[in-house]
Amino acid sequence: MPRASGSYRVFNIANHIAVGALALLCLLPLMNILAISFSDRTATSAGFVSFWPVNPTLAAYEYVLEDKGFLRALSISVFRVIMGGTINLVLTLLCAYPLSRESHSFRARTLYVWFFLFSSLFSGGLIPTYMVVRSTGLINSLFALVIPCAVPIFHIILLMNYFRSVPREIEEAARIDGAGHWKMLVSVLTPISKASIATVTLFSLVNHWNSWFDGMIYANDVNMHPLATFLHNKVVQSGLDILINTSDMETLNRLMKVSDQTTKAAQIFLAMIPILCVYPFLQKYFAKGIIIGSVKG
Amino acid sequence: MPGRKKRTGPSAAKRNLPLHLMLLPGILIVFVYNYLPMGGLVMAFQQYKPTRGLLGSAWVGLQNFRLLLSFPNTKQVVLNTLIIATSKLVLGLIVPVVFALLLDEIRSRRFVRSVQTIVYLPYFLSWVILGGIFFNILSPSTGIINRILEMVGLPTQYFLGDNQHFRWVLVLTDIWKTFGYGSIIYLAALTSIDSTLYEAAAIDGANRFRQVLVVTLPGISSIVFVMAVLSLGNILNAGFDQVLNMYSPQVYQTGDILDTFIYRIGLQQAQYSLSTAVGFFRSVISFLMISISYFLAYRYGNYRIF
Repeated sequence: MPRASGSYRVFNIANHIAVGALALLCLLPLMNILAISFSDRTATSAGFVSFWPVNPTLAAYEYVLEDKGFLRALSISVFRVIMGGTINLVLTLLCAYPLSRESHSFRARTLYVWFFLFSSLFSGGLIPTYMVVRSTGLINSLFALVIPCAVPIFHIILLMNYFRSVPREIEEAARIDGAGHWKMLVSVLTPISKASIATVTLFSLVNHWNSWFDGMIYANDVNMHPLATFLHNKVVQSGLDILINTSDMETLNRLMKVSDQTTKAAQIFLAMIPILCVYPFLQKYFAKGIIIGSVKG
Repeated sequence: MPGRKKRTGPSAAKRNLPLHLMLLPGILIVFVYNYLPMGGLVMAFQQYKPTRGLLGSAWVGLQNFRLLLSFPNTKQVVLNTLIIATSKLVLGLIVPVVFALLLDEIRSRRFVRSVQTIVYLPYFLSWVILGGIFFNILSPSTGIINRILEMVGLPTQYFLGDNQHFRWVLVLTDIWKTFGYGSIIYLAALTSIDSTLYEAAAIDGANRFRQVLVVTLPGISSIVFVMAVLSLGNILNAGFDQVLNMYSPQVYQTGDILDTFIYRIGLQQAQYSLSTAVGFFRSVISFLMISISYFLAYRYGNYRIF
């Protein structure tokens, strides 16, 4: 450690302040939405809410948690995360293992790698993809949310690179013990790659939770929308729309009491909770994961 | 078996059969949902009619492209895409590097770890959520930013509805979301710099600032180069998710990008051929840019994807 000069000490203090301020800048918008969601409607619409709830109330949450549309969207999201995450994981393992073999013993490897890589570099674009999804009968089906995105190319490459970094002796020993390819994948490589597998799995769970566009274009029926799509509709839809389309008086009255803004804030915050819950685990793994997978040498 | 080479184990083909079987489901899905749509790109050269299908629709050559060029807003959309994407590329490179350098100077592990925990988080939140959050913050009537502007006596701004501000809002909120995550790779490069280099520089009389100049910056320059080159592949990627969650007809002039344009004319106006023509242009240019960037990173940055 070099001796700190006077000017370095000044820099050091300024640096702590600057870095701390940047971190605060990342946190404040999230605190703002949290404060709005717990605030009273009148305070919110007068613009008095900053980072702490004004006249705290649970009205918005009570309203949202009774909203059938919200709960239905939530259940679709849960389905999609579990189903989609499982499919992604299985296919990632199944593809990463063969692609991690040596080209001289598995001749077709190079061809397969390019097959996958090219599919991530070039795309048919929105309309042709939509038409293929339609002609495979997935429109208005929940499978449209998990099948077209079933093969995560980036995750496969990441795990393939990890498998290739496993010491050769481990595989040799297993082969001498008579392990075939299936046994090698399931009982040798999978257990020692837990950290990498956890990384890609968490990433695919987050992706599924966050995806909204496929839900919007592949389902004409709003009752089939996952939570992210449901929220997107709410965000772009003006509060006026809701008032016009609501015919029954009771709902209308409740809407008047709970401002649209606090409702949206509560929905946004509820949608953030699962991410916040997996985030500690995510953070534990991803730094290592993306570096092994993306840039070597 | 006659004619078969003498071997102790099963033949290579038989040995590798499980490998092909493992790949089969993935190959099938990628073929159907990634490769078949590429064939659908021929729609760009047709007058596609859903009733007549891909094989029955009339061929019109480049007519769709000519028609698009005659639209006044096509040029604007391409321009918007380039401006927004380039701004994001440049700031998205500089901010994470500077942030990583600053964070690396801080010795308190606890402080560093807390800061990291906070700044990586926005990356994992979707633009649906962040769009909703920024709608609130930037709202002209109730948003906190405008309340602050009011307090210090400045005029309030309609950030999301004003063509003067909209691109800046897109670029800055995108940097806000990604700079922390983007800094991870540089932080890793910084920690892998050989500490004896610093000691040697100190013995030569270099102070802390000089050490950054002669040790730290050269130490991360190759990774910065690779990331800069790779980001070229995103030159037409202005951020579809973000724009679709934050824009409105008032800001189409400055905020409409290729992807939102493709979406609107394709799925909302059902102009399949026109939309696919724009998509064709976007896919081809993007493919070229990504290939070039990978090649440059491979050739000059020692970067390997696999």
